[in-house]
Amino acid sequence: MQNIKIQASNVHVYYGDNHAIKDVSVDIQDNTVTSFIGPSGCGKSTFLRCLNRMNDTIDICRVEGNIDLDGENIYDRRVDPVQLRAKVGMVFQKPNPFPKSIYDNVAYGPRIHGTAAGRAELDEIVEKSLRKAAIWDEVKDRLNAAGTGLSGGQQQRLCIARAIATSPEVLLMDEPCSALDPIATAQVEELIHELRESFSVVIVTHSMQQAARVSQKTAFFHLGNVIEFGDTTQIFNNPKNKKTQDYITGRIG
Amino acid sequence: MTHSSLFASDKRTASRNRAEKRFRAYGIIAISVGLAMLAVLIFTIIRSGSSAFQQSFVSFEVMISQEEVDNAEKALLKTGVYQKIITANFEKAVTNAGIVTELSPKDQGKILSKRVASQLREFVLSDNFKADEPIAFQFLANSSIDGYLKGRVSREGLENNKNVSVEQLNFSDKLVEAGLLKKSFNIEFITGSDASENSPEAAGFGSAILGSFAMMIVVVALSLPIGVAASIYLEEFAPKNRLTDIIEVNISNLAAVPSIVYGILGLALFLNYLGPISANDWIRNNSPFVGGLVLALMTLPRIVIPTRAALKAVPPSIRDAALGIGASKMQTVFHHVLPLAMPGILTGTIIGLAQALGESAPLLLIGLVGFIGGEIPANVDQFFGGPNTVMPAQIYQWASRADPAFYERAWGGIIILLVFLISMNAIAIVLRRRFERRW
Ligand SMILES: Nc1ncnc2c1ncn2[C@@H]1O[C@H](COP(=O)(O)OP(=O)(O)O)[C@@H](O)[C@H]1O
Ligand SMILES: [Mg+2]
Repeated sequence: MQNIKIQASNVHVYYGDNHAIKDVSVDIQDNTVTSFIGPSGCGKSTFLRCLNRMNDTIDICRVEGNIDLDGENIYDRRVDPVQLRAKVGMVFQKPNPFPKSIYDNVAYGPRIHGTAAGRAELDEIVEKSLRKAAIWDEVKDRLNAAGTGLSGGQQQRLCIARAIATSPEVLLMDEPCSALDPIATAQVEELIHELRESFSVVIVTHSMQQAARVSQKTAFFHLGNVIEFGDTTQIFNNPKNKKTQDYITGRIG
Repeated sequence: MTHSSLFASDKRTASRNRAEKRFRAYGIIAISVGLAMLAVLIFTIIRSGSSAFQQSFVSFEVMISQEEVDNAEKALLKTGVYQKIITANFEKAVTNAGIVTELSPKDQGKILSKRVASQLREFVLSDNFKADEPIAFQFLANSSIDGYLKGRVSREGLENNKNVSVEQLNFSDKLVEAGLLKKSFNIEFITGSDASENSPEAAGFGSAILGSFAMMIVVVALSLPIGVAASIYLEEFAPKNRLTDIIEVNISNLAAVPSIVYGILGLALFLNYLGPISANDWIRNNSPFVGGLVLALMTLPRIVIPTRAALKAVPPSIRDAALGIGASKMQTVFHHVLPLAMPGILTGTIIGLAQALGESAPLLLIGLVGFIGGEIPANVDQFFGGPNTVMPAQIYQWASRADPAFYERAWGGIIILLVFLISMNAIAIVLRRRFERRW
């Protein structure tokens, strides 16, 4: 049994009057890949964005309930979301590298957090992150080229490298493969497997095959509720809830 | 279903193609009309204004003894004495050149500008002057002779002209032949300051250029930081609520307020209210500083609107990316959003500033009008606070004076103003390219 990294209990999210997340409780374990599946608009992204308080940037969004990271409520008044996001990194659906060089993209996090003592150490972090993101060999000769000049799959891996360069404890990924071709998808999935050694990973995905391939835990979202949460093998082979079964067999979606 | 060939276009396709062709023709016509108007405008401006950069000068040598200087400086009407010295030297030069004329020496001297006496005196009192040595001088010809050389004054209708006679024209023809009188480039037009109604030949645009310069420094120093900071705050940091909505609407409205209203505001606020109670002597009638304050108010919304638009155009995904790896709001804005918005901000800002540079209406209300700027400002206080004028107001002044010689100078001033505006736009383009080329 792994340690519980994030414990979300009785979370409600409102966008103005729209009650987008209704009483969701989910535990995210250390060194585990947890996937969120469910039809579009059911609140997967919303819930994911609660875990690093990215929802704070949306004016009309209101979050209720408790989300504990290592036993500390991240919505406590004393918590600075900027500090939190250094610990809980995020990779977005659309690759969004900065319009800067590949090197600067990856070095940005360590730079603003002051993690590297000097240029040599920064170089090392950049190389390590790019290697972890399985893109080092492709870009090592053009670290000063624009990050935006890479292909879609490379850009997404660059964004992953950028996220892990700040050495987060949790990595949130919102449909990281939806803009990628099958080969790039396979590379990213491979990567998620490896990342699990160092972080706990939460991934939102549209593809049930992907959830089955990469995750150990799966939460099924439906209309703002978590219908079922458990081991991935159990959810896919032996769902307890009728709706889950309907969804994974393709009857709702 | 009948078989249709791809080689023959059907009715609908044909009519669509015709519509497209018509539309293209309209577009080409519209652009041609625009270009033709631009060409006419530029041609007119250059044709009417280029002559302002040339002036007719009479060149001859003047020799003065120290005694003459001492006498002149003792006299009551000093310039009158210098005028006589010039007349005497001019007559000598005319005789030496072998020119025969029925004009009296005094009437010969009348073809010179009224400014020449003070021009000579200024030189005599300067350190460069050496007594009893011949000094080569270029004296301005008066504006009628200048007009004659430029083709503005003709021999017809001379009987009604009090300023110049047929004999003087004959005389100047001979001077031209002898090489004593000729047109040459007149740097004074660019560096000098305005002159009185009766000596247009001496009027220059320099003090107006300096006035505009002083005013624009004030405009840039106030409206640029305030405008950009306000835009960044409103766009990136301010909560979206009723208050910010009201502010937003008001800024849009302010940008549409006619500039003359800002002039009235400046008159009431800065001159009538603030002027008397403030100890600052930059705040007074005719000072470029007050002009700058007024135009800064006018320019502010014109900077805020394009700056906000440029910030809005930065994709939100960039903000998410920065926030997602733990950048603070401020770091996100200054490291990522602002550099991307820079080209748009610069373009919008420079266009707003160019409008301020070309503005005249509000400035006329606060007294930044020509004829007051008699001198080139000598120090910072004069530069910002002394009475001066600005380019568009000076042009307006000249254009409204009776003597056609001023009219030519108005066109010349327009050329200089346009050069400044085009340079500003060029800077905008260059800066935009520079920032866009980053990636
Ligand atoms: N920025 C937003 N403002 C208002 N409503 C939103 C916003 N983002 C999402 N929602 C609403 O929240 C609900 C859940 O959306 P989302 O979390 O994006 O679903 P999913 O990621 O599962 O497709 C939807 O009803 C959506 O309309
Ligand atoms: Mg989503």
